[in-house]
Amino acid sequence: MKMTAFAAVSSIALFSASSVLANPEAEVLHWWTSGGEAKSVAVLQQEFADNGGTWTDMPVAGGGGDAAMTALRARVLAGNAPTAVQLKGPAIQEWYEEGVLADISSVAEAEGWADVLPASIADHMKCDGTWCAAPVNVHRVDWIWANTDVLEANDIEMPTSWDEFNAAAEKLMAAGVIPLAHGGQAWQDATVFEAVALGILGADGFRKAFVELDEATLTSDEMIAVFDQMRTMRGFVDPNFSGRDWNLATAMVMNGEAAFQIMGDWAKGEFMAAGKVPGEDFLCASTPGDGFLYNVDSFAMFDVDGEDKKAGQDLLAKLIVGESFQEVFNLNKGSIPARTDVSLDAFDSCALLSSADMQASSDNGSLLPSYAHGMALRGAQSGAITDVVTAHFNSDMSSAEAVAQLAQAVANSY
Amino acid sequence: MSEWLENHLPKIVLAPSFIGVLVFVYGFIAWTAWVSLTRSKLLPRYEIKGFVQYEKLFDSPRWDTAMNNLFIFGTLFIVIAMVLGLLLAIMLDQKIRTEGVIRTIYLYPMALSMIVTGTAWKWILNPGLGIEATVRGWGYENFSFDWVVNPDYAIYTIVLAAVWQSSGFVMALFLAGLRSVDGEIIKAAQVDGIPTWRIYSAIIIPSMAPIFLSAFIVLAHLAIKIFDLVIALTGGGPGYATDLPATYMYAMAFSRGDIGQAASSAMIMMLVVFTIVVPYLYSELRSKNDG
Repeated sequence: MKMTAFAAVSSIALFSASSVLANPEAEVLHWWTSGGEAKSVAVLQQEFADNGGTWTDMPVAGGGGDAAMTALRARVLAGNAPTAVQLKGPAIQEWYEEGVLADISSVAEAEGWADVLPASIADHMKCDGTWCAAPVNVHRVDWIWANTDVLEANDIEMPTSWDEFNAAAEKLMAAGVIPLAHGGQAWQDATVFEAVALGILGADGFRKAFVELDEATLTSDEMIAVFDQMRTMRGFVDPNFSGRDWNLATAMVMNGEAAFQIMGDWAKGEFMAAGKVPGEDFLCASTPGDGFLYNVDSFAMFDVDGEDKKAGQDLLAKLIVGESFQEVFNLNKGSIPARTDVSLDAFDSCALLSSADMQASSDNGSLLPSYAHGMALRGAQSGAITDVVTAHFNSDMSSAEAVAQLAQAVANSY
Repeated sequence: MSEWLENHLPKIVLAPSFIGVLVFVYGFIAWTAWVSLTRSKLLPRYEIKGFVQYEKLFDSPRWDTAMNNLFIFGTLFIVIAMVLGLLLAIMLDQKIRTEGVIRTIYLYPMALSMIVTGTAWKWILNPGLGIEATVRGWGYENFSFDWVVNPDYAIYTIVLAAVWQSSGFVMALFLAGLRSVDGEIIKAAQVDGIPTWRIYSAIIIPSMAPIFLSAFIVLAHLAIKIFDLVIALTGGGPGYATDLPATYMYAMAFSRGDIGQAASSAMIMMLVVFTIVVPYLYSELRSKNDG
């Protein structure tokens, strides 16, 4: 009797203690495991701990996130989802439709996210009007990188149209330099393809084709022109490009073997790591055409049980969009902050250009999601498009046939 | 009690593995068949929607490529590995002195994982690093061997690496078969003055028919489930020129979040395996009954 009374009293004491002071807890599933990325996550982990939270790290490397998604699927099916998961683009909404995401609108409204995030990026973080994810950074995809010395030696300016690019490439070929450093992997083919598409179709055409999947645009003459340009560019890569990793292609630009590379701003990290200075050793510019293709990493918040975990989730969301984390993380990662009111004093000239272009594009409606990096479309649709792009680039398929296949593949992917 | 136990012991001992096989093999085959009839995307859903996934599958040019590649790869791999294995085995069977050493050397590739084989051959075949660069370095500037980056020929590089990996194993199988042929018959044939090549073609090889069947089954299932070698050697590229059914299924299930499509491709792969294995099982079981 005495024992039960004691047990009852102590359990009440414990209960009240825990309900007054929730210990924020978060289990975070991500695949940022390589050098700079791991450092960037450690920043978040540190801030979370400083605010009294307990962080359980769940890094799952491999397959560009495929392995992490497999782990996530198993956890969700077992009814034990992690607090936050590195997810991006329409995949967030896809998981929301499975009914497993949490609502973090209270945090988002208290922190005024709607005022500091560009509208089109904020839309990715919402599920049916409520906030369900927190953005970490903005990578720009439509960059063209160049080796300063090679351009000077051949008397070439950064191209501002695809015709100029082609002319420059011909000149470089004649001089014995590889014009375009490229790695023949499907996603890299798609990255170049979307940069070309943005330049030729324009911002509206790009949105119609790769966000709305409008059939008329997908089969238009402009789209044939996009594939024609891809065929031309196939002639500008070295014969040994197949299967090459993107960072090896970046190295080719760095050591003057090749002149240009079309790649997102993670390539900048490679240049910087090799001690190169933007503007001096290498140049960055947007690919020919108007617009800005973004690739935004974010954390989606999953439905969790328990006060501690909910408190952890709210704290995590608040910190991720917080100014200090946005600045430190993006300095490490080479991207720019998703929120527009962060001071950019510490950032390099390429990042400043990226930020200015993002503002301008956001104002004139040409701030667009990258299709090649899973921001614009769901996996099945973007995969179907990539299949056609990479098959065309790596064979002698005609542009007209590619366009026909494109329309069929998209129609088939629902 | 002890009598009951005696009668039922085999069943009791076998029950756990029987249940295991029932659930984890046949149960999951049934589950995959079910899911292949739904519109499952990220997570499995269970409302049956008919054969829509199969229609999509057969409309997909990428799946076409994958099945063609399986046909090319399977045929060439099985035929070349068997012929090469048989030739090696016959040559080793000539009572040469260093047989032990040579046998070990030929068998060793089998000890490597497919990932290692694939990576090594990727470098050997890479035009900028491997054979082509070496021969050009010797002064033959026009020499070209770029199969691995040529979409029309890349599938043959996978055959090359797979044959290199497996023919030693086939040789060991055949060598055991050659040794099991009754020496008396061979001696009798030699006494009759029959040439060696006829002894092999008319006596030894026909009496090894069961070994051929085993070798075929082992190679055929290796061919159908080949995955790691493709991933390491070409990554399915250039483009998707070296995609095989297994890599297609992996891409759909794990990269694209299209479980329904992956399940339907898995079912087709299983049917392909059945068309090869069922005749084999049939012939095996029938001969047992006859015996």
